[in-house]
Amino acid sequence: MERLLRRYGAVLTGTFIALTAFWLLVLVLLPNFTMLESSFRPYLPAVEIGGQKDFYSFRNYLTIFGTPFDTSLLGMHFTIPLRILIFLSTIFYSALVTVITFILAYPVAYYLAKIVSPKSLPTLFLLLFVPLWVSEILRAFAWWIIFTFNGPLNALLLGLHIVDTPVRWLGYNSVIVGLVYTYVLFMVFPLYNAMQSLDSNQIEAAENLGSPWWRTHWRVILPHSKPGIASGAVTVFMLCAGSILVPTILGGTSVQWFTQTIQSWMLEALDWNSGAAYAFILLTLCIVFVFGMMRVFGVKLSDIAK
Amino acid sequence: MNKKRDYLFHLYMGLFLAYLLIPLIIMGGASFNDNKVPSIVPWKGWTDRWFIDLWNDDRIWIAFRNTIGVALAVVALSVPIGTAAAILINSISGRMRAILYALMVAPVLIPGIVIGVSTLLFWSAFHVGAGLHLSVLGQVSYIAAFVMLLVLARLQSFDMGLEEAALDLGASHAQVMRRVLLPHLYPAMAAGGAIAFFQSIENFNITLFTRGNADTLTVYVFSKVRTGFPPTINVLALLLISVTLGAALIYEVFRRRRAAIAAMHEAEGRRAEEAGIA
Repeated sequence: MERLLRRYGAVLTGTFIALTAFWLLVLVLLPNFTMLESSFRPYLPAVEIGGQKDFYSFRNYLTIFGTPFDTSLLGMHFTIPLRILIFLSTIFYSALVTVITFILAYPVAYYLAKIVSPKSLPTLFLLLFVPLWVSEILRAFAWWIIFTFNGPLNALLLGLHIVDTPVRWLGYNSVIVGLVYTYVLFMVFPLYNAMQSLDSNQIEAAENLGSPWWRTHWRVILPHSKPGIASGAVTVFMLCAGSILVPTILGGTSVQWFTQTIQSWMLEALDWNSGAAYAFILLTLCIVFVFGMMRVFGVKLSDIAK
Repeated sequence: MNKKRDYLFHLYMGLFLAYLLIPLIIMGGASFNDNKVPSIVPWKGWTDRWFIDLWNDDRIWIAFRNTIGVALAVVALSVPIGTAAAILINSISGRMRAILYALMVAPVLIPGIVIGVSTLLFWSAFHVGAGLHLSVLGQVSYIAAFVMLLVLARLQSFDMGLEEAALDLGASHAQVMRRVLLPHLYPAMAAGGAIAFFQSIENFNITLFTRGNADTLTVYVFSKVRTGFPPTINVLALLLISVTLGAALIYEVFRRRRAAIAAMHEAEGRRAEEAGIA
């Protein structure tokens, strides 16, 4: 702090502090506190706000246990609160997408980091960046075109006589495909960054000492890529769990994502207090997930957020 | 063995690129199909009517203007904020730094929907209604973190001695800032500005909750989901992809030319050195 004062004087130092304080307080912390505070208050018409009915309670949170829903999993039938089911399936499918993107991205990252000649690297990166620059909504839309009932996928399968009648694709399957497609690059780049810092001599040494290729990956390359895996996994999981576009566009009517629940509280029911409660549940999930990943992979926050 | 392995990897990379690019090609191709639903099958002949429809769509022009306006405002706010935060955090250490750092990167890890909801609730407590101004503030809350990270990385390579020297030679504080520190940071600030601009254009989750009744491009496209997409969206996508690709190609050409020039200079330098030794 004194260093700042000595170099830039009181006025500039004050400006730095004011700008940072505006960002962290007004744009980040206070909005989240407001959200937390209003999540405990009931949804009331304007005239009754501050009146007798306006007191703190967990009622908004408890609605998550309402609306029982019959479902079956692996042949077992049971009843579960609908919103709990939505919450759990959002977590499950987001985790599934994270695993799939990792499996798809690992060879690509390895190829970019260790196999391809450095000369063609910029061109490859350019090709990889093109889909990244196309906005998320258009990427989801592209898959919607492919998956629609009268779309090219059904036409192809009918033409090849793989199916006899067109298939209705829109559902959790298409959402998974869409999410993988949309976020796979967020796994490729952190993995590439981590692998690239590995000394190729270490791989060669392992091979010279007789290690089969899979053991080299398991014992040398994978452990070295840990920060990249953590960073990629956190990014992909968060983006999936927080996605509104892909489940809405590719999910048809059968898919319910937790973000859609928040959206319907906020924009359809106009019950902002319940919306705040559900948004806070999502925020808690994300915080737990980030800390969990930091624990599991033994990395710091600065490794994850790059 | 290695040959065969490399061959497999080349193949995989090729397939991966095809997987990334084919959906975009299908989407672009559908914009020329004379079919009311956006698809490439059945092909009902070439048409330019979706281009004309897009050109005549007033709402899309308004949405386009809004998007650019929001993006410019986000750049104007997040670059100074991110730069100031980076300079501040670079000058402190220990526990305070760790806490501040965690606070600064947290918005990147928070889902956009949470930022959108919290921004809307916070400002409505002060009777500031929803609208694009709130979208700007919501977007800045996480985009400033990208700028901060870029500038902070650049600060690592900054020689503090230069500032000392400038102060010893009688420069004022403002001069140290303007003539010594900022010129070193300009590349990172420019990169941060570019990222801020594109992140803002892409943004959907925050904008959806804070926009009020105003449209941006992403929200406009989304509003077409319920009515079934008209093929004008394909045209819009095709145009956006073309612009991106064009910009990327120009960048690539410049990069190659720069690399060639750098190689030439190097060769010249080596020749001159050899001549000097001889």
